[in-house]
Amino acid sequence: MVIVGAGECGVRAAFALREEGYAGKLTLIGNEPHLPYERPPLSKGFPVEPKPIAAERAYAENGIELLRGVTVAQIDPQARTVLLGDDRSLAYDKLLIATGARARLFPGLEKALTLRTVDDAKAILGAITGESHLAIIGGGFVGLELAATARRLGAKVTVVEAADRLMARAVPVEIAAVAAERHRAGGVDVMLGAQVAKATENSVELADGRMIRCDLVVAGVGSAPDIDLAQAAGAAIANGVIVDHAFRTTVPNLFAAGDCCAFPYRGKYVRLESWRAARDHANHVARALLGDETAYAKTPWFWSDQYELTLQFAGLAEPDRPFVRRDLGGGAFILLQTDENGRLAAAAGIGTGSAVAKDIRLAEMMIERGIMPDPGNLADASVNLKALLKG
Amino acid sequence: MSQWVEACGAGDIEEEDLIRFDHGGKTYAVYRSPNDEYFATDGLCTHEKVHLEGGLVMDYVIECPKHNGRFDYRTGEALAAPVCVNLNTYPVKVEAGRVFIKIG
Repeated sequence: MVIVGAGECGVRAAFALREEGYAGKLTLIGNEPHLPYERPPLSKGFPVEPKPIAAERAYAENGIELLRGVTVAQIDPQARTVLLGDDRSLAYDKLLIATGARARLFPGLEKALTLRTVDDAKAILGAITGESHLAIIGGGFVGLELAATARRLGAKVTVVEAADRLMARAVPVEIAAVAAERHRAGGVDVMLGAQVAKATENSVELADGRMIRCDLVVAGVGSAPDIDLAQAAGAAIANGVIVDHAFRTTVPNLFAAGDCCAFPYRGKYVRLESWRAARDHANHVARALLGDETAYAKTPWFWSDQYELTLQFAGLAEPDRPFVRRDLGGGAFILLQTDENGRLAAAAGIGTGSAVAKDIRLAEMMIERGIMPDPGNLADASVNLKALLKG
Repeated sequence: MSQWVEACGAGDIEEEDLIRFDHGGKTYAVYRSPNDEYFATDGLCTHEKVHLEGGLVMDYVIECPKHNGRFDYRTGEALAAPVCVNLNTYPVKVEAGRVFIKIG
């Protein structure tokens, strides 16, 4: 077996293969020189101390050949070989593509920094001091987590968001509004509805002519799946490498999982950028690589930390369907959404520390079990969701 | 020197739930099982030191509120990645409706 990509998904899949009893040769290829590390903390704290996904000796102990700083030039699905950047060639029986996603940049933003890797994080956070002015293009998770971190370091921070609200892609408007208020209270200049025309290393020019002078420009305007290898190997692509319920691509013996894949979820193909999904996919695809055809059925789950606030989400909300609000005290609340059949489909929460975690976790299990809750019970925080789950 | 310390009233913890208890500069989690038994562990998850207080108790499992690491709170055993280091556990007794844990 060969795994291309040594992020959370590729590494977990390698270990899961061993846990599932696979005893054959196993090679894990990562293009970064570092020991594989967890990405979520990169935007959330300072100093940047990469946390290894697994200890170095664990790879050897589990018979996982880890190739670091090695790129893959090509996959030949007919010959079942992988051509490496250093001209070596590896044969495979089954190959997993877990290449993740890379930062996306719009025209005009080429000079802006992006934050995906530990080297990116060190470059950005290492340059921020209490005297700096940091401009962040994009009010999504990465940008806002970085904004909170930079404020902790005492920097002046401006967030420039094109939409009329923050986190428009993934977060209900009510929750985004709480986060926006928190950022403003924390001293961040949050500019909404602000279209960027052009960025340089130390300025952002808006479409209406306004100019922001700063010391550092970081763009967090989304990511694009790393699909080049899969595409060149002939796999079908549509916002990610298309896979079936067992993470098989359209090319025999070629699997894809994690941020790079688009997988079936409730009747449509979705692509997630999620630490938890990367791990869940990995555990599932390990069994699929060994011949198990069970359908993947985990609920999407993701989170963000900004200041003392934690945002957590389970399921995928439809922007046009209504939410039921459940207030948990201390300003914490969650929004719950049912689908057209009355089944719980999504939950989104914001609160201090772990305030929403328990209910979001219960909501996740309710979603997975297809529970049809009474909306009045969802809104009433004195009704324990555990009781609704257990029926 | 270990000693019995009063943590809370038996009724202060809901069934199949936990509360936080701080003592002597350390923090603990005290559990009440679905079968009305009481247990105690360290308060912080062994993965990223998040307090387990906000986590979900299902049967005999506590799940960390941050990354869903799971432990058997009777034994402290780490059950599922990302956690791989067990939690310390502490003896518990209930007397006259009060919960005591043996620490130190």
